[in-house]
Amino acid sequence: MKSHVWRPLIVVICIVVGILVFRLFYVPDDFGSGKAGFMYSYHRFSAEDDARSQLIKYRDTGKQKMHEYCAECHGDEVEIRTEDLHGIIACENCHGPALNHPDEPEELTIDRGRGLCLRCHTDLPYATSERHRIPGIDPKEHNVDDECVECHDPHNPRLEDM
Amino acid sequence: MKRRDFVKSSIAVIAGASVPLAALDLIDPKEVLAANEDIHWAFLIDTHKCVGCGFCVKACKTENDIPFGAKVTRTWVERYVFTKDDRRYVDSPDGALYGFTESRVDLGRGEYKEIDPENVGKAFFVPKLCNHCATPPCTQVCPVGATYKTDTGPVLVDKTWCIGCGYYIMACPYGARYFNPITHVADKCTFCYHRLAKDLETACVNACPFGARKMCNIRDINDPVTKMILNQRVGVLKDEFGTRPQAFYIGLAQEVR
Ligand code: HEC
Ligand code: HEC
Ligand code: HEC
Ligand code: HEC
Repeated sequence: MKSHVWRPLIVVICIVVGILVFRLFYVPDDFGSGKAGFMYSYHRFSAEDDARSQLIKYRDTGKQKMHEYCAECHGDEVEIRTEDLHGIIACENCHGPALNHPDEPEELTIDRGRGLCLRCHTDLPYATSERHRIPGIDPKEHNVDDECVECHDPHNPRLEDM
Repeated sequence: MKRRDFVKSSIAVIAGASVPLAALDLIDPKEVLAANEDIHWAFLIDTHKCVGCGFCVKACKTENDIPFGAKVTRTWVERYVFTKDDRRYVDSPDGALYGFTESRVDLGRGEYKEIDPENVGKAFFVPKLCNHCATPPCTQVCPVGATYKTDTGPVLVDKTWCIGCGYYIMACPYGARYFNPITHVADKCTFCYHRLAKDLETACVNACPFGARKMCNIRDINDPVTKMILNQRVGVLKDEFGTRPQAFYIGLAQEVR
């Protein structure tokens, strides 16, 4: 039994057993694989509930639903929006998330900056993209010193109504 | 065996046999649901409709608390400009968080290129996000089982279990994963798992004014979006990697990878 092999082997075995015992206690019980199998879905099942419990911020639009909801209190803003032109843009895009508004947040943000409008209205010469369909202006020339909303109504941008 | 015992056990056997098999089969609704789980979320992107406004990126970052200042994002929009003299430009300033408000193309390292409008051959926008692959390479490389494919399709990260080793970033061929500067662990698009669980559309689908982004349960062939995937000419990114992406694109160009 005086072999030089035994001692190191025992040490190794002890380490392996130690790790396995540690793992037994450290790894949560609900580890397992989902339908996609061990390779793709080995995980802690309760992590799915964690993911589900993340806070929701945006209301569901289904755009029409959104307009109906906002119209309860902001009838004017909604009413003047026709389904064409800016009617396709959900209110929350410009005013921020509104899940529990008007309780929390009591007021939504109002961004009067030029950047908001330029997202869609900077003139880009891309005839092959849908961008082409939106009337564009050159931000470096079109009334540079003023915010867009001083002249245009963001809810009803129709030029005839200006 | 005594006679008494024999009679006893015979009665037990006969009684047992006379109970219909189905009665023993207690039905656990959870098990049934799990067995014919026919939800599998898929994404459809119509690149023809995208105008590059970036509201999807803004909504995603807001919904999921990714700081606007951080150079990481779960979804982004790329601009492709091909000139008539056969040059190609691709950019995505800030992941298009603020849209494309300038006609010049960002070449990186603070350099910009103004392209002559006469010279623009074709140009378009392509929204991108995690493809939630059916066989995701990122989950294979995770050494601790912190990233996984759920039974309904989305690939998620277990934030508390992730050790932030960074393998997943290299494993993803789409560059959809990143290191979250706040939680210091892996992070990626979840298909807004928390919203899906409440039957809401994802933040980005919700935000898109032009209908360029859509979601569907691809197992439900009556879903209008599923029908679009079935009936239209759709493509996926980097098919050759064998990842079986679940984000389908209408109007995909070969240069888009
Ligand atoms: C139950 C009524 C109610 C509903 C529904 C409602 N709001 Fe409000 N909203 C309010 C009140 C009250 C204020 C605070 C008004 C004030 O202080 O002038 C407000 C303020 C605002 C403001 C800021 C106005 C300002 O002058 O500062 C915006 C923008 C806004 N709401 C947008 C929306 C949008 C978008 C929706 C739909 C998602 C919505 N609201 C739905 C009641 C409502
Ligand atoms: C294109 C972006 C955009 C969209 C979409 C939009 N708004 Fe606004 N909204 C603005 C801007 C910009 C202002 C500030 C207008 C101003 O200062 O004249 C504003 C102002 C408001 C105000 C305050 C009005 C006031 O006079 O104080 C309310 C309320 C409001 N919006 C509600 C809505 C509702 C409800 C919707 C959805 C039906 C909506 N908005 C959609 C950009 C938008
Ligand atoms: C999400 C993209 C988007 C944003 C952001 C946006 N618009 Fe528009 N805008 C449109 C679309 C789409 C149209 C309608 C194009 C059409 O169908 O003719 C339009 C039309 C217009 C028009 C032309 C109306 C006409 O009669 O031809 C004006 C002016 C305008 N918008 C101003 C604004 C201003 C000011 C803002 C900022 C508050 C803004 N837009 C923000 C998409 C946008
Ligand atoms: C000083 C007032 C004023 C300001 C500020 C202003 N505009 Fe205008 N805008 C006008 C007038 C007047 C017209 C119609 C005449 C024209 O086409 O120049 C117009 C036209 C437009 C059109 C339609 C162009 C077309 O070809 O149909 C768009 C789009 C537009 N503006 C967007 C914007 C945006 C975006 C901003 C902010 C970056 C802005 N405007 C700022 C006054 C203004």
